[in-house]
Order: sequence, then C-alpha cells, then structure tokens
Amino acid sequence: MIPAAFDYAAPKTVDEALRLIRKHPKAKVMAGGQSLLSLMKLRLATPPLIVDLGRIKRLAYIKETKAGIAIGAMTRHAEIAASPIVRKRLTALAQAADAIGDLQVRNLGTIGGSLAHADPASDYPAAFLALDGVAVVRGARPRKIAATACFTGLFTTSLKPGELITEIQFPVPPAGTRSAYVKMKHPASGFAIVGAAAAVRVGRDGRAQDVRLAFTGAGPHAFRAGAVEGMLRGKTLDEATVRTAMEHAGDGVDLLEDLAADAAYRAQLVRVYGTRAVLTALVV
Amino acid sequence: MAVTRLFGSSIKRREDPRLITGEARFLDDIRLPGLLHAAVLRSPHAHARIRNVDTRKAAKAPGVVGVFTGQDFADLNPLPCAWQAGGVQNNLNTPRALEIDRVTFTGAGVAVVVAESRYAAEDALGLIQVDYEVLPTVVDAEAAVRPGAPQLHPNAPNNICMDWSCGDRDGTEAALRGADVVIRQRLVNQRLIPNPIDMRGAVATYNPASQEFTVWMTSQAPHVMRLLMTAFVFGIPETKLRVISPEIGGAFGTKIYLYPEYCLVAALARKLGRPVKWMEDRKENYVATTHGRDHVTDLEVGATRDGTITALKVKTYANLGGILSTIAPGIPTTLYGRMLSGCYRIPHIHCQVLGVYTNTGMVDAYRGAGRPEATYVVERAVDLVARQLKMDPVDVRRKNFIPPEAFPYDPVGILAGLTYDSGDYDKALNRALEIVDYREFRRQQQEARAQGRYLGIGLSTYVELCGAAPSAWIGLPGQGWGAGLWESANVRVHLTGKVVVTSGSQSHGQGHETTLAQLVADELGVPIDDVIVQHSDTLGTPFGYGSYASRSAAVGAVAVHMSVQKIKEKARRLAAHLLEASEADIVYEDGRAHVKGTPDRAKTIQELALAASVGYTLPKGMEPFFDETSYYDPPNCTFPFGTHVCVVEVAPDTGQVRILRYVAVDDVGRVINPLIVDGQVHGGIAQGVAQALWEGAVYDGNGQLLTGTMSEYTVPKAEFFPRFEVDRTITPSPVNPLGVKGAGETGTIASTPAVVSAVMDALAPFGIRHLDMPLTPRRVWHAIAEQRGEPR
Repeated sequence: MIPAAFDYAAPKTVDEALRLIRKHPKAKVMAGGQSLLSLMKLRLATPPLIVDLGRIKRLAYIKETKAGIAIGAMTRHAEIAASPIVRKRLTALAQAADAIGDLQVRNLGTIGGSLAHADPASDYPAAFLALDGVAVVRGARPRKIAATACFTGLFTTSLKPGELITEIQFPVPPAGTRSAYVKMKHPASGFAIVGAAAAVRVGRDGRAQDVRLAFTGAGPHAFRAGAVEGMLRGKTLDEATVRTAMEHAGDGVDLLEDLAADAAYRAQLVRVYGTRAVLTALVV
Repeated sequence: MAVTRLFGSSIKRREDPRLITGEARFLDDIRLPGLLHAAVLRSPHAHARIRNVDTRKAAKAPGVVGVFTGQDFADLNPLPCAWQAGGVQNNLNTPRALEIDRVTFTGAGVAVVVAESRYAAEDALGLIQVDYEVLPTVVDAEAAVRPGAPQLHPNAPNNICMDWSCGDRDGTEAALRGADVVIRQRLVNQRLIPNPIDMRGAVATYNPASQEFTVWMTSQAPHVMRLLMTAFVFGIPETKLRVISPEIGGAFGTKIYLYPEYCLVAALARKLGRPVKWMEDRKENYVATTHGRDHVTDLEVGATRDGTITALKVKTYANLGGILSTIAPGIPTTLYGRMLSGCYRIPHIHCQVLGVYTNTGMVDAYRGAGRPEATYVVERAVDLVARQLKMDPVDVRRKNFIPPEAFPYDPVGILAGLTYDSGDYDKALNRALEIVDYREFRRQQQEARAQGRYLGIGLSTYVELCGAAPSAWIGLPGQGWGAGLWESANVRVHLTGKVVVTSGSQSHGQGHETTLAQLVADELGVPIDDVIVQHSDTLGTPFGYGSYASRSAAVGAVAVHMSVQKIKEKARRLAAHLLEASEADIVYEDGRAHVKGTPDRAKTIQELALAASVGYTLPKGMEPFFDETSYYDPPNCTFPFGTHVCVVEVAPDTGQVRILRYVAVDDVGRVINPLIVDGQVHGGIAQGVAQALWEGAVYDGNGQLLTGTMSEYTVPKAEFFPRFEVDRTITPSPVNPLGVKGAGETGTIASTPAVVSAVMDALAPFGIRHLDMPLTPRRVWHAIAEQRGEPR
C-alpha cells in the first residue's frame, strides 16, 4: 500500500495551480487528500503529478455577506462543523461536516475537495443541494455551478478539465428556515449508506412555505427529491404527512446496491431518513 | 498458598510506558545496515495454474536487487501442518515459500522482488508478468463437497481435507427419535478477519561463516517457529536458527503459525548475503494472513417437554481455505467438537466435522479458536429449546446445568479423557441476572412492546477450555498434534539480588512482564522492580510452546511458580547452613529465611543470593547460584465459565441494533491481576460482539475478497459500545497450584451468542427465531419486513 511514483507541485496561488493543471491534464488536484491518498495507496489512482492546493493562502475562510455565506474551498470539515455562522444559518451543512469520517479526516478534509470528488456516499452533497449552494469555479473563465447542476454521476461532476472549485456560496436562507442532516453511517467507512438533508420554512399558519430535501448515498449521485418537496409544500408537516410523501423520495432513482444495503433496503432508508431529516429540521 | 500483596493486585502494566510513549520496538522498527526490502507478488486469481512467470523487466527496474519465483525456492520443503487432526495426513496441502505451479486462493505468493527500498520493490511488482491458466472456483464449503465442484487438490477428492467425528452416533440418533421435541436449525458462523493493528513481518540475516540465521518475526511461539522452519522447511539443524519476536501489537491467534514469507526472507538473506525485511500491509493482511471461524452447521437438538435436553447432533462444514495453515485441522475438531456439551449435562452428543478446501484464504485459530463456534452452537440450541417450549431461557439453562457437585465432570466422553475441572455455573448466572435485574427488565420489555419498541435480552452461559496442554492428551493417537504442550520457565537470582525470569511463553499484549513479576516478587518476597521478565528470544529462553489458547497463566506461570519454589527450597537449605540450624526449622517468608520462633535469626534472599553466587560458604554438595528451570505439563486443561448478558433495542424501521447494556460475569479461577483480566475481557467482548453485529469476510463466486479493506470490513470502534459491566466469581482450578484458569478468550467466546440471543429475543414478537450473523441492519430489516409480509 505504497503509491506509485508521482511528481509533486505545491503552487502558492490559484493562477499557478490552474496553469499546472492545464499543462498536465493527467495531474490530480489534492485538497485535503483524504480520499485521494487512499486511492493512491491502493494504486487505484496513479497520477503522474499531484498539485497540492495546501500552500495557497486565503482559500480557507467562512464569510457572511449581505448576499449570503461564502466558504473557501480549502476550509476543513472541522472548521465548518464548529463555525457559529454555519451552525446557525446552515445547520444541515454543519451537521453534515460533523458527520464525516473521523476526527482526523475532519481535520484535514476540505469542502471543495469533497464536492469535487463527488463520492456518491459523501455527506456534503445532500446539504449543498438542500441549502441551494453554488460552487464558484475558476478555469478558462470564471463561472458558477448551482448545486442542482453539480453532480452528474458516480464520482463525476460538471467541472471541466482545468477547472477548480475555489469557493462555495449559500444564499442567506429566508427568516424562519431551518435545516438538518441525518444519516445512517456505514460502520466501517463512516460514509453515508443513506444521508438526507432537509431545509424547511414554516409559515405563521403552520404550513410549509418551502421544503427542500436532498439525499446522498442512495443513488449514483446526490439528488433533490422534487416530488416530495412539491407534495409537502403548503402542508402541515406532521409525521404521517411527511411519511406518506416520502414514499416518493426515491422515485426515478437508480438506487445503489452494495454489501451494506440492497435496493429494497436503501429505498426503506430513503423513506426513514428523509422523514427524519424533515422532522428534525422542524425542531432544530 | 497464602494470598500475598501482589497476587490479586490491579497494578498497572510495567510494559505500558514504553508502548504508549512510542519507545517500544515493533518489527517494522528494526533497521539493520544494508537492509533490503522484499515485496511479494500475490495471485489475483483464486484458482489458477501458473504457466510462466517472466521477471526480466522487473529485474532491471531501478533499485531492484533480485526477483525470484517459486522455482528459485524449490529446494525448500512445503510448510508443515503441525496438527493433523482427523486423518488429514493423507490429504495434506500446505503453502510453499512461494507457490510454484498452482494457486488456490487470491493472495497466494507467486514471486518476490527484493530492492534497496520498499518503494522500489513495490514499483517493480507491477513489471512481473505471470501467465495464469485460470481455473473454476468454489468458495463455499458445502458446495465444495458436492459432486461436480471444482477440485482443488488431487490428493483431496471432493475437496475433503478431513472427516472427523466424536461422540456416540447411534445413541444420539436413538435419543433424538425418543425426544418430545426435536429442533433443527442451520447455523452459519461467518468468516472473520482478525485484524491485529500491528501486522505480520519478518527480518532475516544470515551469517555464512557459521551458517546461522537470525530471524525476527511477529510470532506468538518463537521456539515452535524455529523448530518448524529448520527441521521441516530448510532441513538444517535447529541450532542454526535464532528466532526473536519483537514487541507485537496484537495477534489474536494469527501469529501462532509459520507463514511462507518468514521462510522466504530467511532464504533470501542467505541467497543475497544481506539482511532482508518483509512487512505486511493491510491489503496483504486481509488476503494472506489467516482468517477465523467459517462454519456451516446443521444442528439437531432433542428435549423433553420440561426442557431437559436429551441429545445434540451436530454436522459442521468447516471451511479451511485453499491450503492448510499450521494448526488449521485442530481448531474445528479438538477445540470445537469436544466442547459441544457446553455447561450442560447432555446425555447424548454426536459431532461430525468435514474440513473442506475452498478457493479462499487460510482459516486457522482466531481468538477463542473453536470454542466460540461450539459455544454459539450450544447456546443457540438452548435458546431454541426455550423458544419451542415457551420456557424462559434462564430456566432451561438452570435445568440442564452441570451441578457443582458433579465436578470433575466428564461430558459423556467427548473430551477424550479430560474432565471439566471445577465450576459453579448457577453462581455466575445468578450474579449476572442480579446485576442486570432480569425480572425488572422483563417487565420493562413488556411495557416497551406495548409502545411499539422492541427490547431484547440475551444470555450466554458458557464454559471453555484453556491452558491447552496435557501433552499426553493433546498428543493422543488420532488427535494429530505432533508435539507436547508443556511450558518452561527459568528463574535466576543474581548476586545483586536481582531476579531474572525467562519464560517459554510469549507476550503480544497480555502483560506477562507484569503478571509473572507479580508472582515471583510475591513468592520470593522481593520488590517487583527487582524482577525482570524475558521472553520471545530462542537464544535466551528455554524451549517453550508460546502463548495462545489462554495458556500463559494456566501453564506458563505455573512453570515460573515451580522454579521459584525450587529456589526457595535451596535458599532454606543454604540459610540452615549459614545460621547453623536444622533445615526443618527454617521458615521462608517475606523474603527472609529465618529460624522458626526466632525471626531475628534470619538471612534475606539478597544475602542468600550473594552467598550462593560467591560460593565461599556453601554446604557440602550444594551447587553455587540460584538458577532453576522447570517444565510444567499440567494433568488437565482448565475450564473457565460464566454468564454474559446483553440488552438490546432493535429499531424495526431500519433494523438497527443498539446495545443498551452489556454485563459479563466471568469465572477464570484465581486472578493474578484484575486490571489485566478486565482488559482482556473488554477487548474480547468487543471482538465477539463485532462478530454478532458487524464483521464478516465476504468472497464473491470467483474467490475475490469483497471486504478487502477496512472501508468494507467493520473493525469495531469504541463508540459502538456501551460501558461494559464486568464482574467475576472465583472458583479456583484444582488443576494447578495457582488455582488460575485463563482469561484471554472468554470475552469472544461468551459474547457472540449473548448478542444474537438478545436480538432474537427482541425480534420474537415478529415470529423470528433465528437469523445468521452478522445481524446487520439490512438483514434484520429484511427479516422483519418478510414476517410482516411487506412488499420489499
């Protein structure tokens, strides 16, 4: 379990990093390295060049602006989990960060790295989707990718070759919005067998004005459960209502099958954890 | 024996400071001048013929010193199988240093690269080209014996390695026919990967002038390794090899055996004239180090309507892997079949075990070794009887317990001449029920069920066999064990009064340096800091069989005790001479030999050691120096027992099992160091619970290990467990003068069935009586959904 030989570059600026990955299309970008290094040790990944973003200053931050909350791509999971701003405004994201792997992984892994890696069972994508996040991307030209357009398949995103995520943005949630992330943790890997994030806004009349619900671990990539969201909007979110709507949470999704869960069991976990996410968000 | 200050004291382990500060030297810490590094190329196929191995490209890679294949070591014999139980000698197939023409499991070594660094060695592995003819595979033991299954070895028709049985077949079948109820159940005891945190490794040097090898290896039994490597594999005098076990971070049985890589590095060191190191990585550990368990058992248990068990019939398919590890045949036979009476009087028992070759990794002893499998069968049987007869499982256990007055107890001959030494099973059971408040729990359980919550309580009342020895028993004709199983110890009191203990036992985490020193310091009456304990080096210790089967206290410590007694006896004789008193009047206590009635007329052990060492004033005929070696071969094994109770809650919507309480009441005889025993119990429970709920090695049909890393295979973490509530009863063993039994494996033996029992109790309202392990949420949820008739 020793990686194959590779070259290593530690650029000091984003521009320098972009030049390197343009010049070396087979290079792998390393953020926190918590997924990449394991793959390299197993020689499942044998990149000729590692471009380590760890020396780039000012990519790790959490800022609150009028427009919303901006998180630097190199911000560590542990920092996100502990941030008072994130905990208050983006509770589901803080809970997702806190649910990742173990302490060592949370101290080194980064939000940008995790989203770009797009492990189908990683925790952030559900919260990223439910909180309407946007990835700020630098490459040939700067652009933004909405969460709903980000994940396209197993370990694949709409990032193009030569592009880097530099920042994650979230709009300030309307007053009264609450969110939560819940998961069934794989006992060995710590990844989500199924994870669900919900962001809910309830009006004075007790009815849901807005419900956003997203799942990770269930399908080839994280997804929003649009049908359930539509069914719950305008409803009083009691347990029976939520549970009934959740029957449709996995509609149209090609559920993953592995040793931890076959499709039938995953469908059940989607129902259970989807329900829990919504009900938990209500009482956060 | 008088109870003194240290025996029974929870003193902190003396070895811990160096371990927790990183000062201890493990195998991978060994650096030698000119050290070369070996990496093994392992077969990606589970069953294949090796047509050709082309090493030319790899040999030219930077840093590579040599690339070798099985042919290069054809002069070495295949590794021996040291426990040929069940007539296995006719169907023997064991590993070679590297396989030459055939592989029967993924992970078998087929070539080796030796290089200036581990990096260079691993890089070159990818340049070796092996031409395999891939053959059909079979991974399931029962499937392997069916007609038409792929055949692994020409000398083992139908892949049967051994067909072993014990007990009375006719009597058992007649008793089953006459029983009021007969319950049949298939039980799968899944394959486990032992996962010591420190993995295997070896470093070898060869001195051409003396033709002597020194091999450092991660071994629980250095003397046995020396014997097997020299006499069986290399065909050289035993005296030409020194084996040293460095500090070992866990073994759980996997380091009892001789492995191909240990022979390989020695042969390479001789070939290349430089020291060679091989250190396993986790991926190799998963495929190339032994696994444990892997039984499929058909159980039939007969009982009368009042819950009296009348007969137990067991047929087990034991999966031994593609090739035999060192003592593989002994585990599902002597250590399993012979323990199937559990702690019950069962008048008729029969057990047949088919040991089977399959295209999977080697299976051998893993913590508990046979006794966890036996305990699982017996405890599930008792629970199934209780369920069938609608009786409380506690009552069925009590009804069938061997009563205290029945000891020594012979379990209807299946122990082949041994008897359970001592026991008071009710006492441990009562204590456990008292701690858990059984009646109150049953009340709460009813309440919870009314609220749609599913609580369950499970019991495991177990007995196990420890301190594997009597040589005359284990070496019985038909048992297949090729050696004795006594243990040795040497104790010397040096001129300065410092005491050196050398033991043939070996510590890989158990704390021998503390417990043996406790014994010696107590008995001799010297400060514990004046006693050092040495082990694990064949140069400096007398021959011993090593540490496994919880034998270090029950066998190894007794040898130490005997040597100390001899020294005390000599000290008394010397004191009598120096004090001009009659030997009969000398009393030895608290480190002094004094004249009876006049405690001031005394010589301390330090004064006596000085006198014995300088030798000026010895009585006529007395040899100088206090130096005594003892070899202890016990008359019987010891039989620890106890009751474990587990309380769980099962979530019906996800199938998740949460452990609410875990109570363990063990009786391991007298206890030398309660802190160390508690530690052993805690670790054992964690591993046993993990089998019940999480662990399980899974191969696909092609013999590929699907649980090949720690991301797929669940090694339990501390956060998975509640606080363990550990207590003890003490029933001294009459077998040895210390009254000790052995405490290394009770946790794994007892806990697995307790957890399964608890989950089955929780699931009883759904009409579920048995599920196979591991009881993952997926499996439990499917079972509930099936019983509810829900669409899935």
